[in-house]
Amino acid sequence: MTVSVPLPFVQSMHDAALQRSLLPGSGLAWLDAARADALQAFAARGLPDQRNELWKYTSLRALAQRVYAAGDGEAASRAVDAVLLPPPAVQGPHAVFINGVFRADISSLDALPDGVTVQSLAAALRDAPEPLRFLLDRRADDDDDGFTLLNRALAADGLILKIAPGVEVRDPLHIVHLGLAAEAATAFHLRSLVEVGEGARLRIVEHHVGEAQTGHLANIVRDISVHEKARLDWTVIQQAGADATLLRRSKVRLYDDAALDLHALELGGKLVRHEIRSELVGARSRFNSRGAFVLHGRQHADMEVLVTHRGRDSVSNAVWRGVADNRARGVVHGRILVQPGADGADGSFYNKNLLLSPDAEIDTRPALEIYADEVKANHGATVGQLDENVLFYLRSRGIPLETARRILVRAFCLVVLDGMEPASLREHCEALLAEQLPEVSA
Amino acid sequence: MLKIDNLHARIAGKEILKGLSLEVKPGEVHAIMGPNGAGKSTLGNVLAGRPGYEVTQGSVLFDGKNLLELAPEARAAAGVFLAFQYPVEIPGVNNTYFLRAALNAQRKARGEQELDSMQFLKLVRGKVKEMGMTPDLLNRAVNEGFSGGEKKRNEVFQMAVLEPRLAILDETDSGLDIDALKQVAAGVNALRAPERAFLVITHYQRLLDYIVPDFVHVLSDGRIVESGDAQLARELEAHGYAWVRERTPVEAGA
Repeated sequence: MTVSVPLPFVQSMHDAALQRSLLPGSGLAWLDAARADALQAFAARGLPDQRNELWKYTSLRALAQRVYAAGDGEAASRAVDAVLLPPPAVQGPHAVFINGVFRADISSLDALPDGVTVQSLAAALRDAPEPLRFLLDRRADDDDDGFTLLNRALAADGLILKIAPGVEVRDPLHIVHLGLAAEAATAFHLRSLVEVGEGARLRIVEHHVGEAQTGHLANIVRDISVHEKARLDWTVIQQAGADATLLRRSKVRLYDDAALDLHALELGGKLVRHEIRSELVGARSRFNSRGAFVLHGRQHADMEVLVTHRGRDSVSNAVWRGVADNRARGVVHGRILVQPGADGADGSFYNKNLLLSPDAEIDTRPALEIYADEVKANHGATVGQLDENVLFYLRSRGIPLETARRILVRAFCLVVLDGMEPASLREHCEALLAEQLPEVSA
Repeated sequence: MLKIDNLHARIAGKEILKGLSLEVKPGEVHAIMGPNGAGKSTLGNVLAGRPGYEVTQGSVLFDGKNLLELAPEARAAAGVFLAFQYPVEIPGVNNTYFLRAALNAQRKARGEQELDSMQFLKLVRGKVKEMGMTPDLLNRAVNEGFSGGEKKRNEVFQMAVLEPRLAILDETDSGLDIDALKQVAAGVNALRAPERAFLVITHYQRLLDYIVPDFVHVLSDGRIVESGDAQLARELEAHGYAWVRERTPVEAGA
């Protein structure tokens, strides 16, 4: 391919950018400049390729040939089938996005206590853009890749969520991203912010759900700050549609004594990626992550868990599980970087993977870089198959082979739900895992 | 009940069983003794259907049906139970879940009604009491972090819940101290019944002081070379396996 013929994907993004005067906030000089800068940088850099260390095992060759519409014009009015929303058992206050557009009419945020501010990015840019300038008025730098640049150039919505200091939000706040069939496969870029104030407490449950054949692309970038002594519990339940592309970058900052517990179940989508960049800037800050993906067919999932310890005695631990069947492909990259000054830091990353088919593949890379003293760091990664001895043990007790395989795969994944609260949410996740597993083939 | 005739079996191309014949009737306890490498564990594994073992000759009938053509789970449903020499640990799967899945799978295969969770809990709690187990066993992952003795007791406990018709104990005594051995034996004895048969595979006579067999068979180089009653086990203890080999020379290359 020559330089003069842009990839269809890239061309469709540039086409979308022609309409950027329609984006919320357009006309603000600083925002227009930031968007123009990002677009220019994207034109120069293009899509990330596999020479980029963080994209080493995720090829975008197929994606590069796809084209996406600039937005779903009907997103603000599409009817939503309630079965696609999270079940009542785990329901609480919820913010719903349909094809990338926040829908106040089907969201329910009234029950949130005082001290919680939730706003869509579109509304914030319309009503009071200035407080978001720190977030959006940025220039391309080395940390950006093609998708963060596209996001900066084209983000039309997102969620701006702030919890005032000391406020404890009891019920989980559900953020639902729902993909519905539209006239064309559509790309949407969401830019979000979560600020948990000093001593505050929040639970977020992030759902990705999609109708089976919606081949949309969601490109989500968010900044999450957990301030001194605050705590955020964050659960991701990803059941995107079978043809969906979902690319996420989450930039997390944890201040003194702050804690973030992430649980992730990645079950859906065709090409799914989550790049989590967690900065433990504060002393005694803590980041726990537990996640699993279960992949079938030709699904591809790439989990990049990048942890940087900057604060003294900061603690991170990660337990990730991957299961791939058929021709699926999984990638797990766990990196712990301990910067000078982060003395007493304690970081661990453990990843186990199961291949259920000879054509499945999982690449796992744990990496440690340590530049501080008195640091504890551990990592381990394995890729294997179901243990024949254990399978035989179950069968010898009368459990049929297929059931035995499901029991073992489920048990393999269940460990990532440890510590998930409330119990109803955990039960919901256990049930989702069980539903996903009948598809596990012989 | 069980009729093994001229059984030949190999693993990884190596012939281990070389013409083993044995008949077991309901209610009987048969001990299979023999030196290391004689084929004792192979016999248990072949009967339970462990993958990797290849039967090259002979037949095994269970209630008149060809056992060898059944999948391991179908053998279990038919009433065959193997207490493993090395019970495996299954992190993330608790004993209650595991046993209920096993019992219901067997019942379903036999065309019986499956037990709901209340019925099952009642049954399993009763068995815990009967077998003198601690109730927290039910909430623990299968064999995870269990001591050697606990694992073997859990095998016997599973047997009590699943109520097999033919129980094969593969060196259930290995690695047990005397107290654990007595507990395991007491568990097995409690399960002795007119309709249930046992095949007790062991290297040492010690276990047979507590589980007194009706028949003792000496396995050597893949065949039963001597059979007798419980007295035979005591003679073996006194004289060692070399004594049997001297009395019954094995044909080379048989």
